[in-house]
Parts: sequence; C-alpha cells; structure tokens
Amino acid sequence: MSEKIEINQLFTKEHRTVTQIRGPLIFVERVSNVAFDEMVEVVDPSGNVRVGRVLEVDNDIAVIQLFLSTDGLDISKTKVRFSGDVIRLNASHSMMGRILNGLGEPIDGGPAIIPEKREDINGMPLNPAVRIEPSEFIQTGISAIDGLNSLARGQKLPIFSGSGLPGNELAAQIASQARVIGDNTEQDEPFAVVFAAIGITHRESSYFIERFRSSGSLDRTVVFLNHADDPTIERIITPRAALTAAEYLAFEQGLQVLVILTDITNYCEALRELSVAREELPARRGYPGYMYSDLASLYERAGRIEGHKGSVTQLILLSMPDDDITHPIPDLTGYITEGQIVLNRTLHQKGISPPINVLPSLSRLMNAAIGKGHTREDHRTVADQIYAFYAEGRDLEKLVTIIGEGSLTEHDSKVLQFSKRFEKEYIGQGQENRSIQDTLDLSWELLSEMPDSYLKRIPEEYIRKYKKRR
Amino acid sequence: MSQDNFQTGRINRIAGPVVGATGLDEIRLHNMVLVGEEKLVGEVIRLNAKQITIQVYEETSGLRIGEPISDTGEPLVVQLGPGLMGQIFDGLQRPLATLAAKEGAFLKRGISEPSLPTEKKWNFSPNVKIGDDVYPGMIIGIIPETESIDHRVMVPMGISGKIKEIRSGELTVKEYVALVETPEGKTEKILLVHNWPVRKPRPFNRRLDFNEPLVTGKRVIDLFFPIPKGSSAIIPGGFGTGKTVIQQSLARWSDVDIVVYVGCGERGNEMAEVLNDLPKLEDRTSGIPLINRTVLIANTSNMPVAAREASIYMGITIAEYYRDMGYDVLMLADSTSRWGEALREVSSRLEEIPGEEGYPAYLASRLAEFYERAGHVSCLGSGSALDTTRTKRDGSISLVGAVSPPGGDFSDPITQSSMRITGVFWALDYDLSRRRHFPAINWTKSFSLIDLSQWYSEHVADDFPYLMKSALSILGREHELQQVVQLIGQDALSDMEREILLTARILREDLLQQSGIQVTDVFCTLEKSYWMMKAIMHFHEASQNAMQNNVRLDDLENAVVLQKIARMKELPLESAVDKIKFMINEIDTELTRMQDNLERTNV
Repeated sequence: MSEKIEINQLFTKEHRTVTQIRGPLIFVERVSNVAFDEMVEVVDPSGNVRVGRVLEVDNDIAVIQLFLSTDGLDISKTKVRFSGDVIRLNASHSMMGRILNGLGEPIDGGPAIIPEKREDINGMPLNPAVRIEPSEFIQTGISAIDGLNSLARGQKLPIFSGSGLPGNELAAQIASQARVIGDNTEQDEPFAVVFAAIGITHRESSYFIERFRSSGSLDRTVVFLNHADDPTIERIITPRAALTAAEYLAFEQGLQVLVILTDITNYCEALRELSVAREELPARRGYPGYMYSDLASLYERAGRIEGHKGSVTQLILLSMPDDDITHPIPDLTGYITEGQIVLNRTLHQKGISPPINVLPSLSRLMNAAIGKGHTREDHRTVADQIYAFYAEGRDLEKLVTIIGEGSLTEHDSKVLQFSKRFEKEYIGQGQENRSIQDTLDLSWELLSEMPDSYLKRIPEEYIRKYKKRR
Repeated sequence: MSQDNFQTGRINRIAGPVVGATGLDEIRLHNMVLVGEEKLVGEVIRLNAKQITIQVYEETSGLRIGEPISDTGEPLVVQLGPGLMGQIFDGLQRPLATLAAKEGAFLKRGISEPSLPTEKKWNFSPNVKIGDDVYPGMIIGIIPETESIDHRVMVPMGISGKIKEIRSGELTVKEYVALVETPEGKTEKILLVHNWPVRKPRPFNRRLDFNEPLVTGKRVIDLFFPIPKGSSAIIPGGFGTGKTVIQQSLARWSDVDIVVYVGCGERGNEMAEVLNDLPKLEDRTSGIPLINRTVLIANTSNMPVAAREASIYMGITIAEYYRDMGYDVLMLADSTSRWGEALREVSSRLEEIPGEEGYPAYLASRLAEFYERAGHVSCLGSGSALDTTRTKRDGSISLVGAVSPPGGDFSDPITQSSMRITGVFWALDYDLSRRRHFPAINWTKSFSLIDLSQWYSEHVADDFPYLMKSALSILGREHELQQVVQLIGQDALSDMEREILLTARILREDLLQQSGIQVTDVFCTLEKSYWMMKAIMHFHEASQNAMQNNVRLDDLENAVVLQKIARMKELPLESAVDKIKFMINEIDTELTRMQDNLERTNV
C-alpha cells in the first residue's frame, strides 16, 4: 500500500476540469484511477489549498466534498489534486496539552505535531469478540449519576441537554471529579482528556479550557476546536479526528482516556447540510437515513480491549431541539449509546442543580459496575426502590394539583414527601463532590422515613442491615 | 470458492456500499463477487445490459475505479456442519474469535478465514450400514458437537441411493463420511459440511400446528402473552425500554435446545456482555454452560451496513439447519429495525422510488419472507417410506425480533409491517420503564394470537385460562378506573372499585414485575408463575366476599398476608409452590378473622 501512495505522490496530476460547484460539493470530470473516500486538495484561484474528500465516483466523474467553504472557487481556474490516500491524523503522545483546529492541525502557535503514527480518521471497527465488558465503576461525585445511573469505564454516555440548560457545566464537573473506584485499581493511572468542540461558541469552549486549567489537567488534554463560526462541513471531521487521537492514546499509549464531544446536535446539522447538498432522500426531519450508522461510527469507538491497558470513555453532549427527546438526534443517539442523562427545564427553573431528570435517564452498564466488590451490595435494589417511589411521587404531585393534598391516603402522602425531599436533597446537590458511600447513606436516610412494608424492592436482609431505626 | 472459471470485470462507479461494474455479462443475479484488489465480499443486486450493481458487505473506502471484480459463481452461502455451536461469527460467517487471534483487535477488510475449524477431529458414529437406502434429510450418524448438542449428520439435498461406503471415528470437516451409489450408477460423496444459499429457505415435509408454549421464565410472557414453539414474535420499544435485556434473558433461560442470537446493528459492549456471560451461566436442568447450545452472530452498528442484511439471513439459515435435525431452536434478532435501515440505505443509493418514510416498497414483503421462515415442522426425511425405523422427527424455529421504532412510536413502517405477520406482540412501554417496572411489557397493548388454553388446562391447571382472563380484565379495569381517579380523585370510586385498584397494584408489582438480576427471580417456572397468579386472584375473590360482609377496605389494604404475597418472588423454586399453597390458606384465615371481629363488635 505504502509503495502505491509514493508512486501516486510522484505523479500527482492537477485537474482543471471542475464542471459544477454546489454548496460544499465540487464535480470534477475526466479523472482516472480515483479512489472512493480519497483525500483531495483543491487549490483556489489565489493559490490557497483547501482539503476535501471524494464522495462518489462514476466512471470519469468525481464528486468532492470540501471541508471548508466553497466561497471564492471558480470553474475555470480551480485545480484539484488527488492525494491517493484517505484522510489521516498525525497522532502522537505530544498532542497532549495542545490546541488543534477541527481537522487536527495546531492553532496554538506551537510547532507542528511530529507524527508517531498517521492514522485513518475513520478508524476500523473493533472486533466484538475482543471487547471487555465495562465493569469498573467511575465515581463522578454526582448522586443522580453514581447512585442511580452509574457510569463504567469504557462506556459511552450522552447528556441530553437543551438550550439554556447547564449541560456543558455538568460535563465539565464530571470531567474534573471522575475517578475509578474498585478493589484492585491503582489510583494514579495515567489518564488523558480529549476535548472536541463541535460548532460551540467561543464562550463555551473557553469555559471548558478554564475548567481543565484550574483542575490542573490541561497539559493532559488534547483540544480540538471547531467553533460556531468555523466552516460547518469541518464538523464532520472534528469528532473523527478527536476519536482517532483518543484511540491512539488509549490503545497505543495505554492511557485511560475520557473523550468529551460537544455538541453533537451541531454535528448532525452539518450532516444534514451535506446530505441535502447531495440531493439524497431525507428520512425524518430532513436528516439522512444513514444518520444512525453514521453516529454509530462515532459512538462505537469507545470501550476496552483485551490485552490493552487503556480505555476510551465517551461523554457526549447534545441539545434536544425544543427539549424534544423524540427528535431524531437524541432518539438515534439513545439507541446507540449505553444510556443517557436527561436534563430537565422544570427542575432547572425550580433551582435544582444539576437539573437531572432521573426517570428517563439510564445507564445500561450500571449492573456490571455496581454491587458487591464494586460499590455496595444494596446499591441496585436501593436504586430501584428510589425510582419506584419517585415515579409514583411525580404522578401524585400532578394529582394533588387537582384534588388537593387532603384526600391522599397515608401511603400516598408518605411517597409524596419522599419524592419532594429526594428532589431537593439527593438530586439538588449543587457543586458538592459526593462519594458513593455518601450517596448510598443519603439514600437510606431518605428511605428510613418509610415503613418496612413499603420497601418492596429491597430484600429484607438489606432492610435489616442498612435501614436507620428511629 | 475458486474463481478460475468465472469472469472478471472492472469497477466503474463507487457510491458508499454500492458499486457498479462492467464486463460481467454472464453473471447471475445474487451471485457473490470479490471486489477490488483487496477482494471485498459483495453481492450482485441489479443487472443491466451495460452495468451490474453490487452491494459490498465491507467498507469501500479507498476502492478505485478500474479495479477488478470477479464472479465466484455462487450466491451468498452459509457453511453448515459441526463446529457452529459456541462460536461468534460476523454477518458473513467469519469466525470473530479466530480472526482476533490472527489479525488483532480491529477488523481489517478483505480478510477470509474458514467459518468452521478445518483441523478439528470429530468423532462420527454412523447409524446406517453398507447397502442401506438413504435419501435427503435422513440422519446417517451422530457427532457429539458440544457437551449438550449432538450434531445429527444428514444426507444433503439432491443425494439419494444406496450406501457404498460408510466411515466412523475421528474425521475432519474436509473428509467425506459416506459414499452413496445413486440409481444412475454414479457415486456421490457425503461430507460433514455443505454450503446453503442464505436467502433460500431449507425444505421440510410440512408445517405442523403450534401445540405447546415456549417457556421463557418471564411471568408476564408465560402467563399472559405466551409464544408457541415455532411461532414468531416482535418486541418493539423505544430506547431504554429493555428490548435487549429481554432478548438476552430469552437467550439464557428459554426452554429450547438451541439459541441463535443475531446482534444486528447494535452495541458492541452488549455483545461483549453476552460473550462474557454465556460460558459462565449454566443450563437449569443439565448444568452445562449455555455457550454450548448457542451460536452468536455479531454485526455491531459500526460494522458495514450492508452486512446487517446478510447477518439476519445467516442466522435464520443456521437455525433451519438445526431445526432439520429435529431440535427446537430459538432465533433472536436484535434489532430488525437496523436491518430495515440497511435496506433503506441501499435502496436510496440505487435511486429507487421510496415508499413510506423512505423505506423501499418491498420492505413488508422482505419482512414477511423472513418471519415465515419460523415454524413448527415435520423435518425433511422424517417418516419417509424408505425409513425402516419410521422415527418421526419434528423441529421448530421460534423467531423473536426486536424492533426499534423512532421515538418509540409504533406507527413506524417496520413495526406495522412486522405486526401484521407475527402472531405475538410484546409492546414495550416508556412509561413502565421509567418507573423501573421491568419487563416493561404493556399488558393492554400486547397480544398473543395463538390460543394455547387447551395446553395450559391440560398441563398446568384446569382453571388456568379462567384465572388468566380474570387477571387481565382486572388490569384492564384498572386502566379505566385510573382515568377517573386522574380527573376527580379516589373518593369518587366505590370500595369495590378501589379493591380492583388494590388487586391490580398487587398484580403489577408482585406478579408482572420480575427482576433481571436477583437469582431467585430471573427465571420462574410455569408452575410457580401459575400459583403466584392463583394466590393473588384468591386474595381478590376473598376480599370481594369479605367486603360484602362489611369488612372495610382499609383493613384489607393492611392485611398482614399482603407482605407475604409481596415476597413470593423471593421464594426459591424448589419450595415455592408448597409455600404459596400454604399462604392461600392464610389468606382465608386472615380474612375470616376480619369478618369474625366485625361480627363480634356488632354484637
């Protein structure tokens, strides 16, 4: 393969046969030996080079998608060079502490990154037979996550946020507090953070960088920046470049890598823009039919591999348009990721921080990461019981607004009390960093208000052992 | 797969997984082709005088115009023979564990590896002798494939005649086990393996009626919406409603001989979980690890899209092969929506006119063809006139497909088309899953079209159908009453109606809810399930009687025996039934005492 590339580079031909420019797409005619998905360089009339890739080839016509805007290109003078290779990222240990643009090129004024390896940004699918089931409990210090939706190392967990909700703040808090708890884990494992800003504002990205700096992890962080005012189409590359860096650091360098992708909604919009430019048949709400597979090609790049020390854990931020969880972006994401943390506007307005609505939130890998040897034996059943009461409590809250509190039965009014206290004390913890023991103790503190006979989800032995008698 | 005698063409168009080629004018539709220098696997999906269109099952990035394409001369096939059990394959039947050992953690393209181990020696013991008449489907010998499964070696399609030579002992899959002299005087070899085209259903004698339920160990399914052996079912549900958990639980605890689990476009970590668990979990009756009866096919969401379609057909063909041996097979497909989406993607690249939601117009017929491959059948070769032993051989495939409708909305084309074909519908519900009521199967929306009440009356208890209907109607009544309560509060209900709410609550919490983790509760025998239902319904009837004798509802709500009913789940299977029977007496005692007390105070 490498030989072929060299030959290609020696004989690079420039094509001046552009016939059509439409949105981010360029049509070039009379080309030969073009590869699908190949990287191309487009030289505009003033001599500047822009990067793109081949989307489709039909006989001697190639369709090219540019990652920068097509502004200023023309039909007669624009030149196209085919590179003979797919898009690659210069991967190196020295990426940590650097700030790169959305394509992975340094923009912090520092030297170029000397590649230790040049990796295809699309990665390769991981053989499912070598995956290790994630089972190491990550303590985030947030009760609504640790207690009810525990995160495991190697998991991909999105935060479903909305405009005006503190999703980024929550992600930053998790990134600075997260640590692995277990029987046989060394505490000072080498870690790295890969942060990919996808179409977010300068204010949001500087908030993150400031948080990394103040928690002292900035020199272990690789920052990829594609801001809201950067080219939209570049956003297709940014998360791929970031995940390629993460995989390199995890599986070649043996680091425990946390990847933060924010905001995936911007990514999906770029995908839609590209799809519309290609005149593809849209599926729901104009998003392309392959959006599930496309998102999966990002999210599935998390996990642990047999025989490798490192791991990739993903924390994904997305904004639900109009807080609608059935919108294609959160919907397809939820089908791929291993659970979701859902933020809620009503809770936010009530002043509960973080405003996590635990009912639609879920962690699919929780069971493997909790219980005896990980957290505590009663963890699962305590969580189930809290869920049951809180779900009932929320229904009762609605009922009470209609019929008043007076007509509630004793059982119902106890459940309602529980649910209110739970919301205020358990979820609304503010900036506090709670250990999992504190979270479980608080759970029993709340549950102890209930008679034993209500605690149907918890085996009698745990009730005897943990319930506080008064 | 020698391609020496077949044509070679050139690529002239590449658009994602769809590739065009010229120069292959003799190729047949649905033939398998090897694409490009890297020999990626593809299938011919459209023929045109000037161009053929190929769907490539591997990533096409880097493929060039002008690269060669060669015909293999045969359609996409699955290799059938001993060594399937306990393996994990990708959508093209490549053995993933072997590939991992050879090629590393990431899946490269264009790799090929025999599906079945070629060097392994199998201990073949024949049950025919020289001179015996044999015919397709007849069993000529047995190989112990795993601890729990005997591989019954059958005469392949198209071979019949007299046995000329039969071997026994240690053989590899490359060797022949028998020579057959056909009536035309030719000699045919019978090998341990043969290939079968995945899109062609394997033949059988005839379909048989559904006559018994497949016991899953999940109470809500076994009691209210049972799936008969040989039927098909779908589990639709939004994300987080527990489709995969139910499928995995069926794979673990179902009362079948063989499980084929197809992970189609789903999560890699979930496949890792299954792979991790099955070798450790033991079969309830034999104690043999479950991996010995399971075939896994993994085509996770980040693996090539087109291969999702192949993986579903690969799975069902393997299931049919074991059905033909006379086994009860359960095939699980998680998720059929991802397969439908793959169809849509390829269809759109072919520029076909879309049907509903962009899905191709043939979506419904493809789904129907697939689900109709389930069935309870008399196997080919069973009861043949030539069969001297006259042994009857039945087999079944029960097919359970998960469906992932967008936004959890069941009006989507895949849910609707599947619903029309399958006999059993387990509707998963967001609302239930958010309350952590698992399995989140909604009892008002789900159905089972096949009436098994006769089997239940004969094998479980006479009053089973009656109790089941009464319990379901209480749950339905609760639904109506709740709407009243939402509007005007509980006070508007009569005590009798409030007792219905109480019983419905007990049914929901203490019968329908079932833990996926607690060891005593993950699997519930049909007998225990029945007695749990009986106890609750007994409480209901006794309460209604007691209330007619003026016992107050508050007293019933605080009955001590309700504590015991709530803990029925935790009773170990061995002693559960006796304890529940005893508890039913306690219900009577306690409620009678309430009435007596009442009379005493009145006096």
